[in-house]
Amino acid sequence: MRSWWRSTPAAEDAAPPEPTAPPPPAEPAEDERRGWFSRLRAGLAKSSARLTDGINAIFTRRRLDDVALGELEDLLIASDMGVGVAEEVVDALRKTRFGQEVSPEEVRGALATEVVRLVQPVQKPLALDVAKKPFVILVIGVNGSGKTTTIGKLARRYQDEGRRVVLAAGDTFRAAAVEQLQIWGERAGCPVITRPQGADAAGLAYDALEMARRDGADVLLIDTAGRLHNKADLMAELQKIVRVLKKLDPGAPHAVLLVLDATVGQNAHAQAEIFRQMVGVTGIVMTKLDGTAKGGVLVSLAEKYGIPIHLIGVGESAEDLRPFEAEPYARSLVGLEA
Amino acid sequence: MFESLSNRLNEVFDRLRRRGTLSEDDVGAALREIRIALLEADVALPVVRDFVAAVRAEAVGQAVLRSVTPGQMVVKIVHDHLVKVLGGEEERGPSGGPAGLDLNAPAPVAVMLVGLQGSGKTTTAAKIGLRLKTRERKKVLMASLDVQRPAAQEQLAQLGRQTGVATLPIVAGERPVAIARRALQVARGEGYDVVLLDTAGRLHVNEELMLEVAAVREATTPHQTLLVADAMTGQDAVNVAKAFAERTGLTGIVLTRVDGDARGGAALSMRAVTGKPIVFIGTGEKIDALEPFHPARIAGRILGMGDVVSLVERAAETADKDDADRLAARLEQGRFDLDDLASQLRQLRRMGGMSSMLGMLPGIGKIKRQIDAANLDEKLLARQEAIISSMTKSERKNPKLLNASRRIRIAQGSGTSVPEINRLLKQYQDMAGMMKKMKKLGQRGLMRHGLSALMPGGGGFHR
Ligand SMILES: Nc1nc2c(ncn2[C@@H]2O[C@H](COP(=O)(O)OP(=O)(O)O)[C@@H](O)[C@H]2O)c(=O)[nH]1
Ligand SMILES: Nc1nc2c(ncn2[C@@H]2O[C@H](COP(=O)(O)OP(=O)(O)O)[C@@H](O)[C@H]2O)c(=O)[nH]1
Ligand SMILES: [Mg+2]
Ligand SMILES: [Mg+2]
Repeated sequence: MRSWWRSTPAAEDAAPPEPTAPPPPAEPAEDERRGWFSRLRAGLAKSSARLTDGINAIFTRRRLDDVALGELEDLLIASDMGVGVAEEVVDALRKTRFGQEVSPEEVRGALATEVVRLVQPVQKPLALDVAKKPFVILVIGVNGSGKTTTIGKLARRYQDEGRRVVLAAGDTFRAAAVEQLQIWGERAGCPVITRPQGADAAGLAYDALEMARRDGADVLLIDTAGRLHNKADLMAELQKIVRVLKKLDPGAPHAVLLVLDATVGQNAHAQAEIFRQMVGVTGIVMTKLDGTAKGGVLVSLAEKYGIPIHLIGVGESAEDLRPFEAEPYARSLVGLEA
Repeated sequence: MFESLSNRLNEVFDRLRRRGTLSEDDVGAALREIRIALLEADVALPVVRDFVAAVRAEAVGQAVLRSVTPGQMVVKIVHDHLVKVLGGEEERGPSGGPAGLDLNAPAPVAVMLVGLQGSGKTTTAAKIGLRLKTRERKKVLMASLDVQRPAAQEQLAQLGRQTGVATLPIVAGERPVAIARRALQVARGEGYDVVLLDTAGRLHVNEELMLEVAAVREATTPHQTLLVADAMTGQDAVNVAKAFAERTGLTGIVLTRVDGDARGGAALSMRAVTGKPIVFIGTGEKIDALEPFHPARIAGRILGMGDVVSLVERAAETADKDDADRLAARLEQGRFDLDDLASQLRQLRRMGGMSSMLGMLPGIGKIKRQIDAANLDEKLLARQEAIISSMTKSERKNPKLLNASRRIRIAQGSGTSVPEINRLLKQYQDMAGMMKKMKKLGQRGLMRHGLSALMPGGGGFHR
């Protein structure tokens, strides 16, 4: 069985470099994959188990009446989808199936279809434009959402693809944030531009872009300090980083990734709205989907803002980054095997 | 997106009053609004269900139907019930204040912090360390058992240096249980009162890591085990809290990032599921941003009613009474000049800026964000005060006098610019308009509609 977070070649982003090395021996790779595979599968199985149990309990040989639909709506709400969207999804089901005798399998399939309809349009890989040298990716979000870890994962992936990556340790606020990124840099084997704690993040970003350019880097990943979107001064600081980058390259940053934690509730709306207004978010990464949180808020975000969703984080290691795929995401959300 | 619950209930009951009767269905309609409000505030569904059932039982029996403003009555019942569930009055310390952290055990008292990745454990450990050191004169040792996240131990070490709280020297490669044992050993040997054990973030479904934390617990038998959780957490809060309570035996909860604008329903979820008190809230990234938990404040926030009580308290503490009296008198007369604006600006500055104040007002999140976005910070307030103080007395009384050449003079005098002065005058005009409106609305209107009634464009209240 294929699991939904495993990347398909089609979902991978822009042109990985031609494989020059021979393909790695199959056995160890398979073993390694089984490691994270079973780990993640266990986590995800648990996260959908509740929903699956619920749906089975509601719909085994049962008529789809108002009570049943209400319970179904509750199950969607429990995924953080939000009351409004959960109602919409259930209403769609009501229109086509009301009063019918339905099996759990049918209901889940129909629900998944509705969810897919909402998130399919935002399933977009993070595409690197190789003409941009370097391609500048600014990573933003609230505190602790997983920005630094995501950068570490992306760095590893781009390095593995044979690209030259530079990291900028733009979190000059949090204790040991620089050291944390340095360790990720070592792991991926790429340089990390740093300044002492308390230094101006915009200045650092400027230097980093200049340096990355001079060194002919392909990708520059800029880390930022976590900030709550309701703090005006911190949002202004972020705008300054963008302004300063544009002095060197009017097109930069070429991607602005908003990192959301899967456990987040309805506040994700405020986060998306304000970060988007302030610095223009080009894509979303959702981390920590390896827990029981289902990240259902992505569905309502997709409907409301249409910001592309690029990637998901499913663990703390470098390899735990997957492309976001609508269909498997939706199926897993409603408790179906992918 | 979120309107205040009281507004929505008022709408429900306004409709009803026009019909003049109140049926069972009508009460049901109010409870549906409450359910939605709680869900939008991220209270977990099972908790919402219990809560609504309890409120129904309470509300139907009471004089809700007969009360003059049924909407307000329901809000009051809901609010009081929320406060009760969140901890109510029972969790008072001996001095009448919030209970805080109980450290009543033989030294060294071990306190363990657990939670998901990135929830704020390390920061909170340092905050608690600093608090115990400065307020309770405790000798505190902090130890990081986080061998998972890169540079996590270094993070705590740096925070220890910043706060002047001792940290256990890092031994590379040492495992969590061994670190914990060593921490207690050092604490006993060197006479520490408290040992704070900062653990790695872990998902409650990660069996290996849950076993690890259980082993640490066994090795150290902490007197306090605190679940550190993000105020932005959604529906998953119940699963997380339940799992940690079962596996690590919680004694309390710390809610972080309360300085954000999340409604914080997770507080209710976790409290209801674990039955454990919320001992502290984190209100910022700075190392002193830790406060005791006040159920009423979070209750108001979850309902979107803000916390009028604490606003009033704080205003009373900080506002200059003469200024306030004077302003009140002038509002009575429907007058508002630039001197009044200057005294307003001074008060705002004293109260810690407009945005922190607005955060406590009913349903004002959106306006607050707009103001935050407009960067109305303390520096700006100070500049605006400077502008006004560069005006002559007669200009302040009668802003109409301010023609172009006078504005240039004031810009030079205050080290600002003419556009800034224009903006200030525009703001003054808006406020003067609002003040007139306020006078018309009167006290009752203000209570019913909240500040939004005063905001140009009505803020985010209308559907
Ligand atoms: N389980 C899990 N943990 C993650 C994931 N992404 C990040 N983390 C953890 O979340 C915590 C915060 O991550 P970090 O990158 O430091 O967040 P930042 O403050 O946004 O830079 C760390 O303990 C990470 O290991 C993920 O996808 N799954
Ligand atoms: N705004 C705000 N940020 C906080 C608060 N508590 C912690 N943080 C931030 O959240 C991030 C993660 O905190 P950390 O202590 O490393 O989390 P841990 O992974 O659970 O140890 C850091 O950027 C902290 O500065 C809080 O109460 N308010
Ligand atoms: Mg970081
Ligand atoms: Mg930590």
